[in-house]
Amino acid sequence: MDYTVNDARLYCYTGGKAFDPAKPTVVMVHGVLNDHSVWILQSRYLAHHGWNVLAVDLPGHGRSTGAPAATVEAAADALIGLLDAAGVARAAFVGHSFGSLVALEAAARAPQRVSQLVLVGIAYPMKVSPALLEASRSDPLKALKMVNDFSRSTLAPPPSAMGPGTWVYGASFALGRRILASNAEHNLFYTGFKACDGYTHGEEAMAQVRCPTLFVLGSVDQMTHPKAARSLINKASGARVVMLPGGHHQMNETPEPMLKALTEFLDPAR
Amino acid sequence: MPGYADPGFDTLALHAGAVPDATGARAVPIHLTTSFVFESSDHAASLFNLERAGHVYSRISNPTNAVLEQRVSALEGGIGAISVASGQAALHLSIATLMGAGGHIVASTALYGGSQNLLHYTLRRFGIETTFVKPGDIDGWRAAVQPNTRLFFGETAGNPGLDVLDTPTVSAIAHEAGVPLLVDSTLTSPWLVKPFTQGADLVYHSATKFLSGHGTVIGGIVVDGGSFDWERSGKFPELSQPYAGFHNMVFTEESTVGAFLLRARREGLRDFGACLSPHSAWLILQGIETLSLRMERHMHNTGRVVAFLASHPLVGRVGHPILESHPSHALAQKLLPRGAGSVFSFDIKGSREQGKAFVEALQVFSHLANVGDCRSLVIHPASTTHFRMDDDALAKGGITQGTIRLSIGLEDADDLIDDLKRALKAAEKAGQ
Repeated sequence: MDYTVNDARLYCYTGGKAFDPAKPTVVMVHGVLNDHSVWILQSRYLAHHGWNVLAVDLPGHGRSTGAPAATVEAAADALIGLLDAAGVARAAFVGHSFGSLVALEAAARAPQRVSQLVLVGIAYPMKVSPALLEASRSDPLKALKMVNDFSRSTLAPPPSAMGPGTWVYGASFALGRRILASNAEHNLFYTGFKACDGYTHGEEAMAQVRCPTLFVLGSVDQMTHPKAARSLINKASGARVVMLPGGHHQMNETPEPMLKALTEFLDPAR
Repeated sequence: MPGYADPGFDTLALHAGAVPDATGARAVPIHLTTSFVFESSDHAASLFNLERAGHVYSRISNPTNAVLEQRVSALEGGIGAISVASGQAALHLSIATLMGAGGHIVASTALYGGSQNLLHYTLRRFGIETTFVKPGDIDGWRAAVQPNTRLFFGETAGNPGLDVLDTPTVSAIAHEAGVPLLVDSTLTSPWLVKPFTQGADLVYHSATKFLSGHGTVIGGIVVDGGSFDWERSGKFPELSQPYAGFHNMVFTEESTVGAFLLRARREGLRDFGACLSPHSAWLILQGIETLSLRMERHMHNTGRVVAFLASHPLVGRVGHPILESHPSHALAQKLLPRGAGSVFSFDIKGSREQGKAFVEALQVFSHLANVGDCRSLVIHPASTTHFRMDDDALAKGGITQGTIRLSIGLEDADDLIDDLKRALKAAEKAGQ
């Protein structure tokens, strides 16, 4: 389903179900060089279990048009605009990595619009090393390879997004390559990393959040080490923390525990 | 296993897709079960609706097969794979996922006889036409494209003449035409070449051959490189439009890079049913664990045997790209620097009867219809694997009535050469 936000067409995967105003809505936000498909299992499940799902392709990514957000704040504004465009007063926000910063910032900017907040693979600050930042600008495929290797925790992931037989190393790399190629005008990798690196008021944002918050972290996540979420957890009011036995791609390395964490948190408030 | 770089080939060959399970078993367990217990009715429904990933029924997926699929994907640099009952089943699954009646394929003439048969005869009966092009005829590939073309297809090193496919060039032509390139990499295995790095979009193997390597099992596997943009092409409504046969799923929305695999498993395995036995998957996995060691030895022995045959007075053409006289020599040096495989053909100078005498005098080489075994093999293609092809089609595939095909195994190279020497002597006597 497409929505128009700030003259851009934002694509949202709805999990194979039509939007139903009577149901609660969950907005799912991907990370750098990803798209809606990273949420495919969880989003399809939620869509068939009582939720409207808007798994968005962020501006300039994949099926969405427009310029990519240069800052976390700009991306958060696009999400709030998405709620307006979809006619949704209030939604649960679920974000992964860069998308978790975007969801956090959206919840801080419009606390009345966010019913629950799920931050997956978050770190604050989400600094990117100068070498990697430069590599994402000058040689994005090389940088993608580095990030992909660093994001993985196992050579034997369970059945995942494309079902049994999915090789998530290759699938994640191929997705990053495809999303990079989806925008000929902007280097989505560099833009995304720069936005992560430049986000400076995460703790203030966390303090402004008024809704229940769940942190879903990977115990062996090298990209966003679980320790790096501590400052936000400390600032959050009554946050729940779930530690999954995996790396940075919780959705496809630990899909079942990820779904359990999501549904146990989201469903009671529905 | 967090790391700073992609794991190497040998590590992947041993570990990709498998860790010790709850029993602590170090080797990959064989899950010989037809089906898997649901936790609840909701769990069952979620699995059927692709809301959760898991195993339902072993025709569709199985944990042992999934290890094989992940492992071959890892070795090829792909995103995922589907294991099936044979190499032929892998080819059929690939084609049937991408087109129906009215579809058109552009294929190399240098193909395994079974593949040639499927394309030339059987698929025509189902309304899928194929135009055959000599693998080196680059203009021919381009000229063969039709509005209904949906696939380019060739072998990395054509069976048995070892005409090397110019994968970078042919894939570029395919992509200009908005269609993917499928390659059969059976004779090369991922140890000799990773076709995705050269532009191929889909790769399949007859795992019966080098992947399993021991002549014990029939199996096949197709791997998706995740590079082809099915939606942008606009030629694949099977993947980019709602599929009434599976919840109106739009596979390209569901998975940005994995639409082919989703449909192939959810339709092709479900409906055609050419699934692989978990026991067979396990045997193939056993073979893959030593793939690099075996391929090294295969190539070493092949070098020795080719050199011997090339210098023998009773031998005419030796069809291996390692020789400068082979038409694909330069291309093989570029695209297959580790070697062009250990299956090749040569011609005996003499009559058909001398050819028969040669085959029958061999003692170490086994006369049978297979390749890629750890044991050395021999066959006469014109009367066996390619017997359905007429002289013209044989010639296009680089085969004559006197062609002998060898598959060089892992025995002592000196013994192989002695065996060939003895058989050539017998052939010589038969001509006197």
